[in-house]
Amino acid sequence: MEKEIVTLKEKLNVVGKPKRRVDAKEKVIGKALYVDDLRFPGMLYGKVKRSIYPRARIRVIDTSKAKALKGVVAVLTAKDIPGKNMVPIIVEDMPLLAEREVRYIGEALALVAASSKRTAEEALKLIKVDYEPLTPVTSPIDALKNTSPKIYGENNIVISYKLRKGDVESGFREADVIIEREYRTGYQEHVYLEPQGIIAVPGPNGSMVIYGSLQCPHYVQKAVSYVTGIGMNKVRVVQVETGGGFGGKEDVPSWVAGYTAVLAYRTNKPVKLIYDREEDILSTSKRHPAIIKYRTGAKKTGELTAVEVKYILDAGAYATLSIPVLWRGTVHAVGPYKCPNIKVDSLAVATNKVPCGAFRGFGTPQVIFAHESQMDLLAEEIGMDPIDLRLKNALEEGDQTATGQVLRESVGLKETIRRAAELSNWHRKRREYSLLKGVKRRGIGISTVFYGVSLGAAGKHLDKAASLVHVFPDGSVVVFQSLTEIGQGQRTVIAQIASESLGVKFEDVYVQQADTSIVPDSGPTVASRGTLMPGMAVIDACKRIKKRLAAVAAEMLNTTPENLVFENGEVYNVYKPGKGMLFKEVVKEAYNRRVNLGAEGWFEAPFTSFNPETGQGEPYFVYSYATHIAEVEVDVETGKVDVLKVTAVHDSGKIINPATASGQVEGGILQGLGYALMEELQEKDGYILNPNLTDYLIPTSMDAPEIEVSFVEARYSKGPFGAKGIGEPSIMPTAAAILNAVSHAIGVRVFSLPATPEKIYWTIKGSGRYT
Amino acid sequence: MNETGNLKIKFTLNGKPIEYMVKPNWTLLDLLRKELSVLSPKEGCSRGDCGACTVLLNGKPVNSCLVLAPQIDGKEIVTVEGLIEDKEFKALKETFIEKGAVQCGFCTPGIIVSAVALLREKGNPTVQDIEEALEGNLCRCTGYIRIIEAVKQAAEKLQKTS
Ligand code: FES
Ligand code: FES
Repeated sequence: MEKEIVTLKEKLNVVGKPKRRVDAKEKVIGKALYVDDLRFPGMLYGKVKRSIYPRARIRVIDTSKAKALKGVVAVLTAKDIPGKNMVPIIVEDMPLLAEREVRYIGEALALVAASSKRTAEEALKLIKVDYEPLTPVTSPIDALKNTSPKIYGENNIVISYKLRKGDVESGFREADVIIEREYRTGYQEHVYLEPQGIIAVPGPNGSMVIYGSLQCPHYVQKAVSYVTGIGMNKVRVVQVETGGGFGGKEDVPSWVAGYTAVLAYRTNKPVKLIYDREEDILSTSKRHPAIIKYRTGAKKTGELTAVEVKYILDAGAYATLSIPVLWRGTVHAVGPYKCPNIKVDSLAVATNKVPCGAFRGFGTPQVIFAHESQMDLLAEEIGMDPIDLRLKNALEEGDQTATGQVLRESVGLKETIRRAAELSNWHRKRREYSLLKGVKRRGIGISTVFYGVSLGAAGKHLDKAASLVHVFPDGSVVVFQSLTEIGQGQRTVIAQIASESLGVKFEDVYVQQADTSIVPDSGPTVASRGTLMPGMAVIDACKRIKKRLAAVAAEMLNTTPENLVFENGEVYNVYKPGKGMLFKEVVKEAYNRRVNLGAEGWFEAPFTSFNPETGQGEPYFVYSYATHIAEVEVDVETGKVDVLKVTAVHDSGKIINPATASGQVEGGILQGLGYALMEELQEKDGYILNPNLTDYLIPTSMDAPEIEVSFVEARYSKGPFGAKGIGEPSIMPTAAAILNAVSHAIGVRVFSLPATPEKIYWTIKGSGRYT
Repeated sequence: MNETGNLKIKFTLNGKPIEYMVKPNWTLLDLLRKELSVLSPKEGCSRGDCGACTVLLNGKPVNSCLVLAPQIDGKEIVTVEGLIEDKEFKALKETFIEKGAVQCGFCTPGIIVSAVALLREKGNPTVQDIEEALEGNLCRCTGYIRIIEAVKQAAEKLQKTS
């Protein structure tokens, strides 16, 4: 078995090549079908009645007028839910429909199904809710005060973590320099271009099929089973073409499917529920706003001696994913650096606002903004180049992370820093830009990150993946797995892995979309695990089939299985190349001999651990690394920033498809640019003031900078062909690199995100420079 | 207009003449998607912000969610479904696939329609022209780089063959 992998590693035919995406053509010709493109006979349209108060007691919900409207088939409240009124995420605290109290604006209260969307919308207006408004808690700082109303548990704290290493006090005593600052970051909205949507179709024998735009089919299956009371064996979730996710379709589709399934159950008709954009922005998860207090101690020569962090997340009204988001943020709070003395305390605090959840980076971009600003402040203080400071502290093989984990392999971090410096001409530009005068100033800034791939110790029980592979008598192959294609190119990458593993042509592999009735629970499509986890499961299945085929082929070619090479649709004896057979000839013979040509594959994540008392352990089994260097031009009279170029160097292990991997990085950079400079969700007293894309601005084609992507491929021995993960590291360093570049350009620093032109303008003004 | 307030409009859709009874408050996007099952234009915001619903109205790209159905009476509407044999479309199709300018694909039909309109107007667009032509088409996945390159390359291909 080992030998096989070694052979493949040496000579790869499909893996590592920029293969064309398997789904590109359908999408370009407009034939790809998204959930709103599907229709079923007799289908009804669903809508959700939502709270208009951030916190209120519900006295009565009167649905009589809505029910009387022509075309309305059902109006349902909490008491009509056939199963449990609960959306199961990590803990069970969030009802599907609020019954006695609403806790945020946009919380669901009642459901309507009608013959048309318009009628359903009309019916919503006829539902009368009698509220008794209560004083809301809308800031985490207020929520932590003793005097605050208790809106979550005994103290409004959803979850807290701590991480302890060495002794920070003595670390700070040893330090020559101490930098202490506070950072703030705001919400970030996903703006997947396709809003949330689900269709639920009741079937025979009390079964239900869910079609939807989603990342995590197995989560949805569980939620639908919970709220309808239908056994999981009769709930089938089929993912359809999904118009972007970025974490926003991790937990939210569980609620959307919950509403839709309850309506379908009660009406016994297919029901479609598609959010409109405003509803989507108001009521679905976002990146958590954060407050980070950061204290860094270092020697004059640059070595970190102590880091102390207090990290507070604004969780919103329910726990949803705040628990793992905060955990990941805590584990990554110090950055990819060696430091002997560490103290991190983190809290996720409840407020009467929309629950925050998963967004690419998952609790890390906030702390990265803080630790990378700290590194630059430190560099400035001790008069060292920011690159040299990072290289001095960067993790290498054999080093210990903040959690005491010894990194045993696949640590390409320093190479990402060096290469990024070289590709961007860092040293020359850093010098030249410093000399610029006038209205337009330029700056160059760096940011460096690490990212624990997959779910880690906090999500251990979910960290597995399955696959099912069938080879057909014509030599073609179908692969089932249940991580999802959400735009990142996952199906293409899986097809490459299967094709390489079986030695068949890339074109002969077809990867099906996820379907919970076919493949065992493989956990969620999150945490940059979409290549590594199912990739290993697919390799496992392919190996089993190949072994059976090799026995047949060895006989046919008069040799032993060990001597066989499967590649590019051919099978031959390694000592007699050119005298082989076609893969499909072997398959045909095997088929006639009644050999089983289908196999299930399985992969369990390698060991992870975490001690809740000290935060020490091996939280993740492997890490990806990245360095971004941003170049900006700032107009000091208006505060407007133009990002000129981003150089992005990533170590994500072996890159299976350089084209889709670069696509991930480029897209991540633009989202990071938005996070850094323009994306600002305005919230006041629990109300979101700009729930639309007119006023919540995301980057357009006009904002796209030049981007140069390069890969350091430090292979991981337990990943498919050495691959790790790329999805999230692609956004993580960008905002901090841009902010460091801005501060290099203007000579003053902005301590909160987004750094809008207005904020930059006032920062410059306040500094008294350029007057 | 008849007594129910519906009115009959005539227009051409992807080259075919159509007569249809519409309600005055229907949008062109609803007419296309819900009534006529023309599904390539997508609904991303319904208020003119995202460009996913872009179609050609008398050859010009418009957000079909902002056009009311009665306004297209006597006009010509073209969507991706009607561009399949078009030479600009064919060139774009190839370069979009080659360059990997597609990720989730939800923005793609709208972007292709805007790009077709650009290439018909300017055979040799600059990067700036392309960025401007696509400014109203949001894409949250790609970072635009590959899209811009794909449009540029399609233009070059077309220049060579013409
Ligand atoms: S749906 Fe028309 S512009 Fe967004
Ligand atoms: S490819 Fe997803 S929005 Fe453009």
